[in-house]
Amino acid sequence: MVVDAATVKRIARLARIKVTPEEAKSLEGELSGILDWVAMLDEVDTSGVEPMTRVVPISLKQRPDVVTDGGIADDVTQNAPEVQDHFFVVPKVVE
Amino acid sequence: MIELTKLTLAQARDALRDKTISSVELTRAFLAAIETANPHLNAYVLPVPDHALALAQASDRRIAAGTARPLEGLPLGNKDLFCTNGIRTTACSRILDGFTPTYESTVGQNLWDAGAVMLGKLNNDEFAMGSSNETSCFGPVVNPWRRTRNGALDNAKLVPGGSSGGSSAAVAADLCLAATATDTGGSIRQPAAITGTVGIKPTYGRCSRWGIVAFASSLDQAGPIAKTVRDAAIMLRHMASHDPKDSTSVDVAVPDYEREIGRGVRGLRVGIPREYRIEGMSKEAEATWQKGIDWLKAAGASVHDISLPHTKYALPAYYIVAPAECSSNLARYDGVRYGLRVPGKDLLETYENTRAAGFGKEVRRRVLIGTYVLSAGYYDAYYLKAQKVRTLIKRDFDDAWNTVDVILTPTTPSPAFAHGEKSGDPLAMYLEDIFTVTVNMAGLPGISVPAGLSSEGTPMGLQLIGKPFDEPTLFRVAQVIEDAAGRFSVPLKWWA
Repeated sequence: MVVDAATVKRIARLARIKVTPEEAKSLEGELSGILDWVAMLDEVDTSGVEPMTRVVPISLKQRPDVVTDGGIADDVTQNAPEVQDHFFVVPKVVE
Repeated sequence: MIELTKLTLAQARDALRDKTISSVELTRAFLAAIETANPHLNAYVLPVPDHALALAQASDRRIAAGTARPLEGLPLGNKDLFCTNGIRTTACSRILDGFTPTYESTVGQNLWDAGAVMLGKLNNDEFAMGSSNETSCFGPVVNPWRRTRNGALDNAKLVPGGSSGGSSAAVAADLCLAATATDTGGSIRQPAAITGTVGIKPTYGRCSRWGIVAFASSLDQAGPIAKTVRDAAIMLRHMASHDPKDSTSVDVAVPDYEREIGRGVRGLRVGIPREYRIEGMSKEAEATWQKGIDWLKAAGASVHDISLPHTKYALPAYYIVAPAECSSNLARYDGVRYGLRVPGKDLLETYENTRAAGFGKEVRRRVLIGTYVLSAGYYDAYYLKAQKVRTLIKRDFDDAWNTVDVILTPTTPSPAFAHGEKSGDPLAMYLEDIFTVTVNMAGLPGISVPAGLSSEGTPMGLQLIGKPFDEPTLFRVAQVIEDAAGRFSVPLKWWA
């Protein structure tokens, strides 16, 4: 068992997903099962192997550093659950 | 007169050009078919009849005026992962409930600019995570194919594959001429294989990812699901483009893939990877594979045994890379900028409540796995290790290309399974992608072509894997298989 209850709680907090105690219990087993299985990769000797960073050998393109977009505040906020004067409204963060 | 919805994309194109049919007639025929079938198959999550008919009328005017574009008036389905301007897009997740984009995906825009008509948005696994289309918040899609038992159709509902299960079911059931789809680990090819349709995942970078809801950015690619190899070639040509809005999209001209149809395979070297003969592969998949080998030999290709030694590590490496990237991509769903919000006592609890309610079980599982493997102290052991294994997988293919031009494998280990059969066991579900996932890991193009029927009377597919940007060879070889195997249509429209 790689993942215990405390670990499930910790990563759920990091992932910002609320989990009930029952869900945490079943996730322990599920996540452990998946992590046990991927541990198969330990068999592979990767010493001296570069990690793959791109699948086709292209260099990232660059463009002039100029504004090409903007003035679309209506569009940007259109789908938000709560908006005031083009601001996203969230619960109070600072006391 | 042939039933309009049974036409292939190429046949419909020619009939529209000859003015033997109109786009409005064709579009109405599909809308009627959708209305009848959708309550049974659930392929569309949002049909848009008014939008479709308006486009069809405009197309008919263009055809009359002699200004028709390449896909003028051809009705297509669009996977709900593609953002559509002014039309709800949810990736079939509750967390995007009611999201209406103010922009169009580049792939979609390319199709509409070529004159195509959108019939509606197609169902998929939530955020494209799944191999059976059972994780959609709109409910599962039903495969139009049914098993045959003792000479009669069995009533058990089969899955259409996933994640592009709405696309595969809609094409197989004649609910559109062709459909858009996406493929992160097999989500175009696996559903195509088990519905008797053709699906191609092009080389990474061939299609723009802009405006497609992101799952795992280093693996996601768009491609079509279609009725024939020729139709897939036509579709891909008009989906692909270089796009400055996607920095990984590649600036290489898009060939006219349709020209490859009929060029044959004489002299072509076909590789058969021995590592794909896995334990647990059905006898039928093995027999179908052998038939494919025989067809290509008979057509003048030479067949060679090859080795791709790191094959068995592709799936575990994928289940590190894909969840890791998905946990980053899905961090944006915070209940603040779009979609669902479930309030809590403070901002943190609002995030946690929103994401717990908005994400389905499989998505939560993958976000948690991804968060775990990327968390402090684990990055090197998991993500970095998996990316190194990925280099080795790609190297296997690079070596293979020294001796062969294309690789032939089964697309899936077994034919379509029933609803609920694998949904309780994530690892069993993940194994559906065992033959397709290597291709995503290496960024290569892969196509699935129908090759036969199982003893249950359901479709089986063969996969062809090509060199980077060698989609033309895939279309050539796929056509030879289609010519030899024939096409496979649903024997009975039991929903009609």
